[in-house]
Amino acid sequence: MIKNLSTLFCGILFGLGLVISQMVNPVKVLAFLDIAGHWDPSLALVMASALITLGLAYRLIIRRPSPILEHSFHLPAATRIDARLLTGSALFGLGWGLSGFCPGAAIAAIGYGRTEALLFTLAMCVGIWLFRLIHGPTRTS
Amino acid sequence: MENFTPYSALAGGALIGLSAALLLLLNGRIAGISGIIGRALPPHQRGDVGWRLFFLAGLLFGPLILRLADGNAANIGIDTPWPILIIAGLLVGYGTGLGNGCTSGHGVCGLARLSPRSAAATAVFMAVAGITVYIVRHWLGAED
Repeated sequence: MIKNLSTLFCGILFGLGLVISQMVNPVKVLAFLDIAGHWDPSLALVMASALITLGLAYRLIIRRPSPILEHSFHLPAATRIDARLLTGSALFGLGWGLSGFCPGAAIAAIGYGRTEALLFTLAMCVGIWLFRLIHGPTRTS
Repeated sequence: MENFTPYSALAGGALIGLSAALLLLLNGRIAGISGIIGRALPPHQRGDVGWRLFFLAGLLFGPLILRLADGNAANIGIDTPWPILIIAGLLVGYGTGLGNGCTSGHGVCGLARLSPRSAAATAVFMAVAGITVYIVRHWLGAED
């Protein structure tokens, strides 16, 4: 139970961060991506701030033999930069650029009461299922 | 740059980083949202679902609490027509499945771990998203 409560707490923090940083607002995200227009660099600071916080913490955490509530760390094992990674990322970038929603922001926007985000998220789940249908079940990292 | 909001951006970003750090410290997990959603969907591996659902519930509750506390906490503008939202959702779902991550998994967690794979993924999705916005707004003239 403590494990589930801890991830619930992490999810709440993540959701608060997305709303406070306005990453949850597609208009804001698209203004960041629109370098040739009225560019709004705010989201670069969101990423920089998150990266510095996690980057410093990561170095300390990873020295531990194990996490506090689990037996081992579950870190991604893949290191290859292949066509699959780049194609997937390009398709994600296309969808992100069309909508201004990434997966976390869409879920947070549903929490904030926006039904359009629910529509996006349902389509996203169909997209994940389509991927699995074509490529088989994903490996657990 | 009239809409630049540096302080809320820094504060919100720090919360996102703190959340990811805690998830790693406590549960040994990477806070990649697309992966957390993807493997929470059936069919899934036994014993690997509970923590994902609780994280996603938190991701819903955090913004809900904020909205109940302050109705003006966020301004969420969605100008995209719904058929485009559906197409975008399909692309994001399929793309993050194939590319094994999104803005959080590659863009925050992967870069913080100095993963070259995540750096490549982030460079590609940032560039493609930027080009997409450029074409939609400045060629197709969806906005001036």
